[in-house]
Amino acid sequence: MSKDVLVTVENVSKKFCRDLKRSLWYGVKDVGSELLGSRHSRPSLRKGEFWALNDVSFELKRGECLGLIGSNGAGKSTLLKILNGLMPPDRGRITMAGSIGALIELNAGFNPILTGRENIYINASIMGVPKKRVNQILDEIVDFSGLENFIDTPVQYYSSGMKVRLGFASSTLVIEPDILLLDEVLAVGDARFRAKCYNRIGQLREHAAVVFVSHTMEQIAHICDVTLFLEKGNMAHFGSVSEGIQKYFKTASDTDAEKDAFETIEYPLKSAQLCFDRLEIRYGDTINLVAEFENHQAMPGALVRIPLYDANGVGVAEWDSQRVGKVIDLEQGRNVVHISLGPLCLKRGLYKVGFVLNDATGIRLPYWSFKQHVISMDGPVHGIAPYQLP
Amino acid sequence: MKNLTLMKPTQTKPEKLRRVVYTPESQLRHPIRLFRLMLHDLIASRELAWRFFIRNLSAMYRQTLLGYAWAFLPPIATTLTFVFLNANKIFQVSETTIPYPAYVMVGTLLWQVFIDALNSPIKLLGSARTMLAKVNFPREALILAGVGEVVFNFLIRLILLVIVFVWYQVKLPVTAWAAPLGILMLIAMGLMIGILLAPLSVLYQDVEKGLAVFLGMWLLVTPVAYPLSTKGLVGRVAQLNPVSPLIVGTRDLLTIGTLSQPGSFLWTGGITLGLLLLGWLIYRLAMPHLIQRMTAS
Repeated sequence: MSKDVLVTVENVSKKFCRDLKRSLWYGVKDVGSELLGSRHSRPSLRKGEFWALNDVSFELKRGECLGLIGSNGAGKSTLLKILNGLMPPDRGRITMAGSIGALIELNAGFNPILTGRENIYINASIMGVPKKRVNQILDEIVDFSGLENFIDTPVQYYSSGMKVRLGFASSTLVIEPDILLLDEVLAVGDARFRAKCYNRIGQLREHAAVVFVSHTMEQIAHICDVTLFLEKGNMAHFGSVSEGIQKYFKTASDTDAEKDAFETIEYPLKSAQLCFDRLEIRYGDTINLVAEFENHQAMPGALVRIPLYDANGVGVAEWDSQRVGKVIDLEQGRNVVHISLGPLCLKRGLYKVGFVLNDATGIRLPYWSFKQHVISMDGPVHGIAPYQLP
Repeated sequence: MKNLTLMKPTQTKPEKLRRVVYTPESQLRHPIRLFRLMLHDLIASRELAWRFFIRNLSAMYRQTLLGYAWAFLPPIATTLTFVFLNANKIFQVSETTIPYPAYVMVGTLLWQVFIDALNSPIKLLGSARTMLAKVNFPREALILAGVGEVVFNFLIRLILLVIVFVWYQVKLPVTAWAAPLGILMLIAMGLMIGILLAPLSVLYQDVEKGLAVFLGMWLLVTPVAYPLSTKGLVGRVAQLNPVSPLIVGTRDLLTIGTLSQPGSFLWTGGITLGLLLLGWLIYRLAMPHLIQRMTAS
């Protein structure tokens, strides 16, 4: 299949106004200048305005999937709305070739008093799909949603999971667009349904150019070929998926680092210092850690645990001195402990390190370093789970 | 801006792809393209408009016990009010060509069609806020669905009119067949004002609130419950009132068989249609700018 370019975004910018009343008034003025057949672009910021998107450019071919990532308020949904034709850009231009299908808000057209079946037709209509087509695949839609027994009940009696399933089923099965826009709608509902969702999106992906917005990096890594990382409306990165995700985590963790991390030192410990031989490693590497302690009093039979946390703060790996059989006897004065952590069979990403030092009873906690050190795992290994079996 | 081709997933798409370009420029700079797009959307919105129409209607009446009877009650109430006031000489009018209750009923129904058409774009845009903010669909469909509702409600009330006419043994003149033209013009005028106000109502809720007040007053200076006269302040305002010729003209067609004011009837109608098209254009140009500023849920 020829790789034709379906989406071309050139230097697109969009501004918003923070103040409600002023924003409404600007709306009136914008309409006025539209009616007067106004000039080309609106390059300057009026009072209260800011650039929600600033000079964004990229191209997308059929069969490619772009992951749009960034923290909240970075401008992702704005870009998606402009691509969907809901609002015009304030600078630049966008060319879209072919039909556009958007899965942005799946329940938007639903009327809760009507039944699920009736709402399927409504959703299809809103997406421009003729009734004949819906009739052809109605059974498939009902089957996909898993709502056979409830399809003729008013939607207001559905649970939120059911609504979401109906929304997804009625939106994705009826369209075969050239350009697909997805806004965080992927994989909702229970595990079985999510698998169906992934499959369907995979099908649509083969023949479309896809723009996918998500906060879940696993999904992005799974599905996308290229990422666009937006930071306060600016293109901070466009290119490889792994790099984009790295940059995203870096900024996310930078802001959290001070909040999260802490260190506590108590008697009989006087001071402690951790030294890693390196913090940027590749899959399967081993890190050597040198811990220096200064004790007021001896601590024989000390226990050390070193947990590793992923970017979501979930513990994914742990080193336990008792389990591996390393004896740590701390004497009065200066102590140096060598610990080797590895092989680290983790997927790429950032991992924060904790260090817990207990006395022999396991009750007293003379030293605890929480997330003060960050290991950056590089290289091509990525996947869904943090621990990647060797 | 959307045109879905439904093909089996295994086929490639050799045909030329439809291109859409988004720029900050006003769409008026490319009038031919704009015109073609408007026509395309109007046609594309047929089925969607029908779906909205059915959806709104079913939803509205499904939750009521009295069902469609609710379409009857407002006109009956208004008519009874005026009949009562007239009978007790509180509100006095000159002689009417047909019995007063029937006269008022006709006027009330025509007025009701007008304000229904006026309110419909505003009401529908309000209730479709979430959809407008998130989904790209031809917005003409909302307007058309509204027109459908207005016509539907009118047809139900027509039954009421037939009953009243039969009761009072009013004979329909030959010109009654031309009355639908007048009704269409009333709908067009209401729609035109509604479409012009709708974008503003999306931003400012003053529009809806103010409209309710204003329409109440407007009723009193329209020859609905009384014949048109040139005397007095009310009479003079009623003369200037653009809705008057349409109401008077349609009523004449239904009652006396000739137009008492043929000139103003016809050219008011003509201007209305022109302004309606202008309203459609403005609506279309304005909506994208307002969507981003709407308070959506």
